[in-house]
Amino acid sequence: MRKKLTAEQVQTALDTLYGAVEKQLPSDRPIAVIGIRTRGEILAARLVERMGREHPELSINHGVLDITFYRDDLSRRRGAPLVRATEIDFDIDDTWMLLVDDVLATGRSIRAALGAIHDFGRPQVVRLAVLIDRGGRELPIAADFIGKKLTAGPDTRIQVRLREHDDKEGVFLVECASE
Amino acid sequence: MMTKKASSSSNARPSKSKNPKFLWTRKDLVGLDELSSEEIVHVLDTAVSFQEVSTRSIKKIPALRGKVVALLFFEDSTRTRMSFELAASRLSADTVFLSGKGSSTSKGETTLDTVRNVEAMGVDVFVIRHSQSGAPHQLVDKVNVPIVNAGDGPHEHPTQALLDIFTIRQKLGTLEGVRVAIVGDIAHSRVARSNIIGLRKLGAEVVVVGPPTLVPATITAMGCEISHSLDDILGEVDVINMLRIQFERFSSNLFPSLREYSSLFGMNADRLSKCRKDVLIMHPGPINRGVELTSEVADGPNSCILQQVTNGLAVRMAVLYLVSQSRH
Repeated sequence: MRKKLTAEQVQTALDTLYGAVEKQLPSDRPIAVIGIRTRGEILAARLVERMGREHPELSINHGVLDITFYRDDLSRRRGAPLVRATEIDFDIDDTWMLLVDDVLATGRSIRAALGAIHDFGRPQVVRLAVLIDRGGRELPIAADFIGKKLTAGPDTRIQVRLREHDDKEGVFLVECASE
Repeated sequence: MMTKKASSSSNARPSKSKNPKFLWTRKDLVGLDELSSEEIVHVLDTAVSFQEVSTRSIKKIPALRGKVVALLFFEDSTRTRMSFELAASRLSADTVFLSGKGSSTSKGETTLDTVRNVEAMGVDVFVIRHSQSGAPHQLVDKVNVPIVNAGDGPHEHPTQALLDIFTIRQKLGTLEGVRVAIVGDIAHSRVARSNIIGLRKLGAEVVVVGPPTLVPATITAMGCEISHSLDDILGEVDVINMLRIQFERFSSNLFPSLREYSSLFGMNADRLSKCRKDVLIMHPGPINRGVELTSEVADGPNSCILQQVTNGLAVRMAVLYLVSQSRH
C-alpha cells in the first residue's frame, strides 16, 4: 500500500472539487446532493456543510445512496456483506442533483446509482462529482466535476481513506494481488 | 457533519456499520438453532436496509432480478406465504407457488421428488413449509439451491422469530437483558421454539407461560424459565408474546374450556394495567379475538402486532437476499 496523496493534498483536491461545483450551483431550483456509500457519503456531507455555510440562501437537500442492490456484479460475489439503508427522504423530482463518489473508475457504480435514482424520481439534471478520476472506464460515463486525476495500472486499486470512517486521511495505491 | 441550515429534511449522516467485515456465507436458513448470534444480528441489520424500500414510491429493487423463488407450501399458510411472495417481488424475483393440496403430493409423490422436480425447472431459492419437523433440514443436502424454512411442524419458524426479535430490537433498542414472556401452547409451537432460541442467543431472558399441559417441563433445557401463572409475571416483563391457540387442538383436552383458558392466560385491559407502562404486546397472528387478547389490548397503544407484519416483509427480503448471495 503506497501513499499517493496526503491529507493536505486530499483537502486541496476537495477544494478544487468544491470550487468547480460552486460555479454551477443553480439558484432557481432545489439542489439535491447524494453521496454514494460509504466514502461518497462523507465527501457529500463535507460539500453540503460548506455549501450551507457559504451559500445559506440556497435550498439544499442531502441524501445517501447505497447502490449494492443495483450493482451488475451482485450475483458474482461470494457472501453478502452488510447493506445499509438508502436515505433519501425528500422529493428528488425536478431537482438539480449532484451525485458524489470518491473514485471514478469503470463507471459501474455510477450506472448503478443512476438506476437507483431512477426508482426515486426524476431529477431535472444529474451531475457527477468525484474526488479522484483514475480512468479505466468500461461504460460511457464521465464526471462533471473532478478533484484530482490520477493514473494507476489495471491491477492497482485506488483507495480513498477519510477521517470520519477510517480514522486517517489520504489516498493510497493498493496492488490487487496483495489483497 | 452537515448543518441544519444546509439540509431541511435529511437525517443522513456518515456512520460506521456495526461489523463491516462480516460476510454472510450460509446457503440455507432452516432454523435459528444453526445460526450464530452474529449471523442473527446480520439478518436484522440487513432487514433495516430493506425497510426503506417499502417506503418508496417504486417499491422494488433489482437485487434478485431474473431469479426464481419457489414457494412450496405442503402445509397451509396465508400470511407467511403472502409475506414471502411480496418480499420476493420487491426484490424483483419471480415466484412460483405450489400447495400441498391438489398437487402431485396428493398423488403420492414424496417431498424430495417434488422438490427435485421443481429444482429441475431452474429455481434459485426454495421457501418450504411442511407439517413434518425437520423436512427442510432433510432436503438441504439433497438439493443445490438455498432452502428457507417457512415453518416445519412444531419444530422451527425462523423468519417469524426473526421478525419478532427485529420488532423488539426496533422498539427497545436492544435484546440484551430484555425479559420476554411467551404465552400459550408452548409444547406445539414452532414460533415459541424459534423465539426462545433466537432470544437466548442475543442475551434476552425468556419465561414461557401456560398451563402444565401446554408447557413441557423439559423446555427449561432451552434456557428459559416456566410460569404457570400469567398474573405472576405481568409486572416483570418487557415483552409479552401471545401465541395463537390452535382451535384444531381443542378435541384433545389440553385445557378444559376456551373460556377458562382465556380467563387464565388471555391478555385483557385489567392485566395490561398490571404490566410495565411500555410493555410490548405481540402476537404472530392470526388473532383469536377474545381468546388470547381482547380487542382493547390487540388494538391498544402497547400492541405492535401490525408492526410485526410490516417488519416481517423486511426480514424476509433480507433472508431471501442473503441466502441467494451465499454462493455456496
